[in-house]
Amino acid sequence: MCLAIPGKVEEIMTEGDLRIGRVNFGGVVKRVCMDYVPEVVVGDYTIVHVGFAISKIDEETAKQTLEDFRAMGVLDEELATEEEAFARAAAAPQSACPDGSCGRK
Amino acid sequence: MKYLTEFRNGEVAQRIAREIHQIATRPWKIMEVCGGQTHSIIKNGIDQMLPAGIEMIHGPGCPVCVTPLELIDKALAIARQPGVIFCSFGDMLRVPGTEGDLFQVKGAGGDVRVVYSPLDAVELAQKNPDKQVVFFGVGFETTAPANAMSVHVAKRRGLQNFSLLVSHVLVPPAIAAILKSPGNKIDGFLAAGHVCSVMGYWEYPPLAAKYHVPIVVTGFEPLDLLDGIRRAVKQLEAGQHEVENAYERVVTFDGNQAAQKLLAEVFEVTDRAWRGIGVIPKSGWRLCAAYRDFDAEERFHISGIHTEESPLCRAGDVLRGAIKPADCSAFGKECTPRHPLGATMVSSEGACAAYYNYGRFLSAEELAKTVVSCR
Repeated sequence: MCLAIPGKVEEIMTEGDLRIGRVNFGGVVKRVCMDYVPEVVVGDYTIVHVGFAISKIDEETAKQTLEDFRAMGVLDEELATEEEAFARAAAAPQSACPDGSCGRK
Repeated sequence: MKYLTEFRNGEVAQRIAREIHQIATRPWKIMEVCGGQTHSIIKNGIDQMLPAGIEMIHGPGCPVCVTPLELIDKALAIARQPGVIFCSFGDMLRVPGTEGDLFQVKGAGGDVRVVYSPLDAVELAQKNPDKQVVFFGVGFETTAPANAMSVHVAKRRGLQNFSLLVSHVLVPPAIAAILKSPGNKIDGFLAAGHVCSVMGYWEYPPLAAKYHVPIVVTGFEPLDLLDGIRRAVKQLEAGQHEVENAYERVVTFDGNQAAQKLLAEVFEVTDRAWRGIGVIPKSGWRLCAAYRDFDAEERFHISGIHTEESPLCRAGDVLRGAIKPADCSAFGKECTPRHPLGATMVSSEGACAAYYNYGRFLSAEELAKTVVSCR
């Protein structure tokens, strides 16, 4: 649950009192709060944890890390929708498996 | 296991492993604090690439594992109440309390929801003014900025129906507690990269200096972990105890200033009970006085909770690195991921569960005999 996932910032807008970005994680796009990274602009890569961008990173790092995390299988869990999270909990005996491999043989 | 093989056969991984074999002349015990790193080490077989004397000790850095049973029971009691929408990250759904888990509460008609971001819970509160929306805020320093922002936004928007059930824990006090404990055998630490991306690593030099341990800030990717171990061994062999940043592409010394500023506004340091370890002084965050109205424990006044941990469970010894999971007599027998007796089996980021899930049933002694050489 402590992983932060790199993604590319596609759009930044103001929603009420918050700076919200649309961030693309290798194909999955999420709404992300950008308030902690005022230096990040559209086109930059950032690492995101539970819907918050926490650090700017370079493109090469972002792509390598995304590839590593995908290979380790951790992307699905971190980016799951509510339905997917409940389906996962129903299927697996255990929570918090960072790569979703637990319970699957 | 295709990925494992690919990683271990990779040229760079082989080169780093060879270097560790070349420089290591003595046995060293290195602790990775973070549960995500434990999982990556076991899954990728990184510990098995190391010389026999270099032992990875798995630290207490899984927030799901160390959340006290009492707080899980409080969460379940709140989630069962009518008129409550209880929001959580997905990984808390299957953590067993004394009676059942959040997944079962939902099955019995409770309004339990999984959110991607704590801000989603704030939005739910806005859309459901007749409901009390509670967010289960567990986690280390990585997750805290998100939870801090949720309560900050709720206050700014004047939401009376949003609250946070908080159990934040902090890495540096846990490292200090391990180093201070009698019989501590840890020679060096890998610090968690994503915690440091928020907090920086300015808190670590005093620890490294006081206890004479190298601390290497390391990522989660297998090559980063292997490189972090290499740097720690190199320092140990040279008699050094510096704080080193092996994750420069993500982590800076100062960390994220904007996040730290809001954390200081919303939270204050408090003593915190860690499941399997006990109370560590000044090792957590709670909402400070200005935000106390948003504390779910204050709002719901749950009482009558009595919890008892299994007498068989040795999670505390595992969390301190005193034993390997398979050295516990209950491991894989009375205690499995389906029926966890204690902290380290509760979440798959826990050391016992990681060992169980990847078929590591050997004791420390047996393990030492089977270490794979990478030469």
